[in-house]
Amino acid sequence: MCGDICVVVETLRGQVAEITYVMLAAGRQLAQGLKTKLTAVLLGQGVQKLADTLGAADRVAVLEHPALAEFNPDAYLTALAAVFAGRTPRVILCGHTAMGTDLACGLARRLKLPVATSCRTFAIEGPDATFAALTCGGKLIAAGRLPDPSCVATVMAGGYKADAGKVAKTPPIETLPVPAGLDAVRTRFKQYIEPPAGDVDIAKQPILVSVGRGVQNKDNIALAEELAKALGGVVSGSRPVIDQVWLPSTRLVGKSGKQVKPKLYLALGISGAPEHAEGMRDAELIVAINRDEKAPIFGFAHFGAAVDVLELIPALTARVKQA
Amino acid sequence: MDIVVLCKFVPDLVEDLEIDASTHLLDRNFLRLMPNELDDHALEEALLLKERHGGTVTVVTVDAGDVDEALYTAAAKGADRVVKIVGEGLDQGLSSQRLAALFAQAAGEWPHDLILTGTQAVDDLDGFAGALVAARLGMPYVGYVTKVASENGAVVARKEYPGGLNADIEIVGQAVLGIQSAEKPPRYVVTSKVMAAMKSVTIEEFEAGDAQADLELPITGMAVPQSAAHAEMIVGSVTEVAEKLAKLLRERGLVA
Ligand SMILES: Cc1cc2nc3c(=O)[nH]c(=O)nc-3n(C[C@H](O)[C@H](O)[C@H](O)COP(=O)(O)OP(=O)(O)OC[C@H]3O[C@@H](n4cnc5c(N)ncnc54)[C@H](O)[C@@H]3O)c2cc1C
Ligand SMILES: Nc1ncnc2c1ncn2[C@@H]1O[C@H](COP(=O)(O)O)[C@@H](O)[C@H]1O
Repeated sequence: MCGDICVVVETLRGQVAEITYVMLAAGRQLAQGLKTKLTAVLLGQGVQKLADTLGAADRVAVLEHPALAEFNPDAYLTALAAVFAGRTPRVILCGHTAMGTDLACGLARRLKLPVATSCRTFAIEGPDATFAALTCGGKLIAAGRLPDPSCVATVMAGGYKADAGKVAKTPPIETLPVPAGLDAVRTRFKQYIEPPAGDVDIAKQPILVSVGRGVQNKDNIALAEELAKALGGVVSGSRPVIDQVWLPSTRLVGKSGKQVKPKLYLALGISGAPEHAEGMRDAELIVAINRDEKAPIFGFAHFGAAVDVLELIPALTARVKQA
Repeated sequence: MDIVVLCKFVPDLVEDLEIDASTHLLDRNFLRLMPNELDDHALEEALLLKERHGGTVTVVTVDAGDVDEALYTAAAKGADRVVKIVGEGLDQGLSSQRLAALFAQAAGEWPHDLILTGTQAVDDLDGFAGALVAARLGMPYVGYVTKVASENGAVVARKEYPGGLNADIEIVGQAVLGIQSAEKPPRYVVTSKVMAAMKSVTIEEFEAGDAQADLELPITGMAVPQSAAHAEMIVGSVTEVAEKLAKLLRERGLVA
């Protein structure tokens, strides 16, 4: 692994998470540019069979132990630190996700490495590998060098297509020895809490009228409901709207919510932060209404208007009803 | 349970963000700063834990300019101690690595069974401070937490995965938790209570030590994204925009 690009594979309930393929696509580009190998590091219990799905890597290093059966932050960190100790990979890629972000910094600290977060794309510039990261809610891109000889980086969805990281090939597998300490970790996976059932599945709706903080308060949700009704769609929302309990959590679009791909995504008072974009940027038609002409959402919406949503919603509802 | 909450002041993203022509980095001179939203959730979760189990809540922030009002607000909401880390140049923004170094050096000053941070700050680039603090203090870290409970001497953190799935993670001993959202929306406190806190509460000042980040990330520049695929903008009055939009949707077969 010395000098390799290493991808920390993410699995959830026995399945490889999509971000893994995004990382493999990124890692492949880096490995090619830096003329090195791409290694996937797969932790878990009974996961070796998943190596088949990691064909984009030159090899898969597998570490299995009962403490790794479900994601367990301290156990995964202990295991990874042992895997990488003394090996100096060129870059360790972790997902910019619930799992990856629990690991990246602890790993970096134990290995005495710097860490770059929120990376979307990488490039090779002369002898250097560089990253571009989205920050400030997507309003800025920061660029920098991936420090050598070694560093950790967290990878966000959006910069690479997951499909580019899916290669039908069975890579060679290396079984890693079980490191000490896994029986004495301080965190323990207890149980999964399933998402609440019974509400409409926003991922299956062809038309979403999605509201963000720009709708100002709970009472205004009714305006969006009326527009949704006129359009034959349902109302979904961004994180602040759900956190304020203006809408139930089942209606959340984005990184922590649902990935949606409707025929129409009407984004009303949503800034278009990367975590929101992750869940909706593949919608067939995105129409964004936001007072701020510089809102990041206009960077990827198909149509937009910089007007007040609270004025626009009733006006649009009326026009739609006129049909 | 004694809890320390870390609160960061971050750029208000509603404002225009300017790039400094000489450093190529975010121009911090005229920046309006506000508390990181998730830190408000971290404070709320800490206050809920205190209400259930007793103990203390200490809010620690770095002096980044106008932070006093937010600290008095935290006190008015129920924080027992409010602390400002002061020192040269701290208002120019602090990397997560440096904050972690500073905080880890001083952590003994404030009692803590738990340290709560936001999962991530909106302007973060070089690591998540909570996770870095945990690593420096040798404590476990769990992020994306939406609920914290104390059961039979152990802490149970509810961790959020995509699609509404959560997992309960049990932690033995001290821990750092990155809060994603509190169980309830952060409480609101009326101005009169904040005013009262201003009179009765003392903001403790803590001199930043010389702790330096040993692992800074080389950021070479920042830019406003120039997307090739910019939305086609519909212009006009609200009525005109509504009309054009309705027409567009009708053309696309999206209105019955
Ligand atoms: C780990 C993590 C996971 C996350 N997961 C998700 C997720 O799954 N989904 C999600 O959405 N977010 C998620 N977020 C939060 C995300 O970073 C943003 O904070 C969030 O998406 C912002 O929501 P918003 O656009 O509604 O609010 P803001 O960013 O506050 O934007 C509000 C917008 O409304 C506009 N506006 C205000 N008033 C009006 C008006 N009257 N008329 C027109 N426009 C107006 C403003 O110009 C602004 O652009 C996550 C964050 C983290 C750290
Ligand atoms: N300069 C700072 N002052 C106080 N708290 C901070 C600071 N930087 C980071 N934090 C805490 O760490 C969390 C994650 O921030 P970040 O590392 O910037 O992603 C924030 O939500 C805060 O709780």
